[in-house]
Amino acid sequence: MGLNEIKAKKNDLITYGIVIILFAIVAVMVATGMATRHMQSILVPVCINIILAVSLNLVVGFLGELSLGHAGFMSVGAYAGCLFAIYTADILPAAVRFPLAMIIGGVVAAVFGVLIGIPVLRLSGDYLAIVTLAAGEIIRSVIINLGFTGGAAGLKGTPQDSNFIIGFVVVLITMFVIMNFVNSKHGRAIKAMRDNKIAAESCGVNLNSYKLLAFVMGAFFAGVAGVLYGHNYSILTADVFDYNRSIEILVIVVLGGIGSIRGSIISAIIITILPEALRGFADYRMLIYAIALIVMMLLNSSEKGREILSKLNFRSLGSLLKNRGAKKEVQGNDE
Amino acid sequence: MMNNQEIKSHETRFVPIPSVSMLPERDIDKGPVLEVMHLGIDFGGLTAVDDFSIAIGKTEISGLIGPNGAGKTTVFNMLTNVYEPTRGTIMLNGKTTAGKTTAQVCKMGIARTFQNIRLFSRMSVLDNVKVGFHSNIDTSLFESIIHGGKYKRVEKETTEISMELLKFFNMEGLANAQAGSLPYGAQRRLEIVRALATEPSIILLDEPAAGMNPSETSELMENIRKIRDEFQIAVLLIEHDMNLVMNVCEGIAVLNYGKIIAKGTPSQIQGNPAVIEAYLGRRKDK
Ligand SMILES: Nc1ncnc2c1ncn2[C@@H]1O[C@H](COP(=O)(O)OP(=O)(O)OP(=O)(O)O)[C@@H](O)[C@H]1O
Ligand SMILES: [Mg+2]
Repeated sequence: MGLNEIKAKKNDLITYGIVIILFAIVAVMVATGMATRHMQSILVPVCINIILAVSLNLVVGFLGELSLGHAGFMSVGAYAGCLFAIYTADILPAAVRFPLAMIIGGVVAAVFGVLIGIPVLRLSGDYLAIVTLAAGEIIRSVIINLGFTGGAAGLKGTPQDSNFIIGFVVVLITMFVIMNFVNSKHGRAIKAMRDNKIAAESCGVNLNSYKLLAFVMGAFFAGVAGVLYGHNYSILTADVFDYNRSIEILVIVVLGGIGSIRGSIISAIIITILPEALRGFADYRMLIYAIALIVMMLLNSSEKGREILSKLNFRSLGSLLKNRGAKKEVQGNDE
Repeated sequence: MMNNQEIKSHETRFVPIPSVSMLPERDIDKGPVLEVMHLGIDFGGLTAVDDFSIAIGKTEISGLIGPNGAGKTTVFNMLTNVYEPTRGTIMLNGKTTAGKTTAQVCKMGIARTFQNIRLFSRMSVLDNVKVGFHSNIDTSLFESIIHGGKYKRVEKETTEISMELLKFFNMEGLANAQAGSLPYGAQRRLEIVRALATEPSIILLDEPAAGMNPSETSELMENIRKIRDEFQIAVLLIEHDMNLVMNVCEGIAVLNYGKIIAKGTPSQIQGNPAVIEAYLGRRKDK
């Protein structure tokens, strides 16, 4: 086994370690009554945002394409999974129904990923971003205007099966799948495409199918996150899946460090807790996100800025926890 | 290396076209791996390459030379279907590449490097080579996600052969470095290693000596011969360094304004008045 693989494996283990330790701390806090009700209420949203961010990072960080339709896939998954759960609520026990609902939500979102991906993935860069944004918005308006989704009034009656432990398990599964995938033959092909399309193609990588694969995998996990979301509230409305939601996920990915799974996880935790912790933050959330995005883009687009970022280790927030080796990772990113 | 049987069965069917090959007699001995007939491409009104015909033997080192803008890189882009030719046919081991994607052409056995280096700069040197082995690794998506026994075995094998290939070019010490951080000469070498990893029957090198110092260039010349001798494949290279071309190439084609103006051995090319006027002479004036 090469040194790099050992390093990659160690890196993954550290990420698992961080997540498991955080989970243990929270579990103890809940068990001992240290966690308030309010604190407990954001545990599932934290898990949902981690799943969304890690899966979007597959598209943005590893495939290198800007997708702004993640909330759209999330909503498709949410409605598919919740409708299934509503119709089978009396037949199936929760232990069977909920995992099945998540798989169905993920698969339906993945099917939408294929349907949207085939025409859309011919584009790249700004065009891809705009079209995925539009696709997400179209999905939302269709859901609002359909009868069986509950329309604008929302979908009621989903069993509230989501809880922190299930959320944590799904986070671990998401991490396992995406981290393994990224280090495999398939993941290498996707990273190669990101670095140089023509060279990747000249090495025998079928660009369209690998691009679609990454996109569809991202959509699958967005759908699963949607099902978790739908099972966490008594009513599901399409409004929450608007483009602001997509942008919020993108902000999490960018702040955590494009291409850094650990960064996405830590960033998701912080960005979910922040509006709850700081009173004023919630009102100015979108404004602050916009400023954060612009600052990150500006810093990323210049040599000096990238230097500053690598000094701050901002590009992979997660590497704050592990300074050794992180600098090297960041420096080499420049073309 | 690969497709050995195909090459053999093709040998018997092949009818040599002496006027097309650069080295008629030797081509018949070796059998052509690549046969290009009347290849041409127009960009809008501009005919960039026209009536380009060559045949290259199975283990022949050939050169494609010509002044700047003559259309050499365009020929490579057509051979790998990065550009779709407007006219003509390309036969690799007796099979046409028409209608194939660049990725499929790679699988058929044409590998290349680029005039402007195109590495996977954010990936490690080893991973760059492993991407070269992409088509020859048969790991399903499921295995890529689960990382089971078969995945680990295949991955280990891929790492081993990649390291061997790197060792062959004295690059094993750089395996874990980031490709984009390598010095220029090593980047060019890595491109060659990555191309060889696709297990081609012919490798196309676009100005492999560009930007190299004399000692790097002479090492490159060694490597080009080594590639042919060890891997038993054909090499077609574009190069402005006449010393390199005349020393390593067995056959040379000269391109000027998109048309072949001469074909032959190094000594024939050096003595050809049209070539001297179009290319060598002009360079001497500089
Ligand atoms: N995609 C394209 N669209 C239009 N014209 C092109 C395109 N690609 C190449 N050309 C033109 O074709 C001609 C040949 O270019 P090419 O790059 O093949 O030259 P070259 O022989 O490789 O030159 P050099 O030695 O400078 O690398 C040039 O006039 C170039 O402008
Ligand atoms: Mg050129």
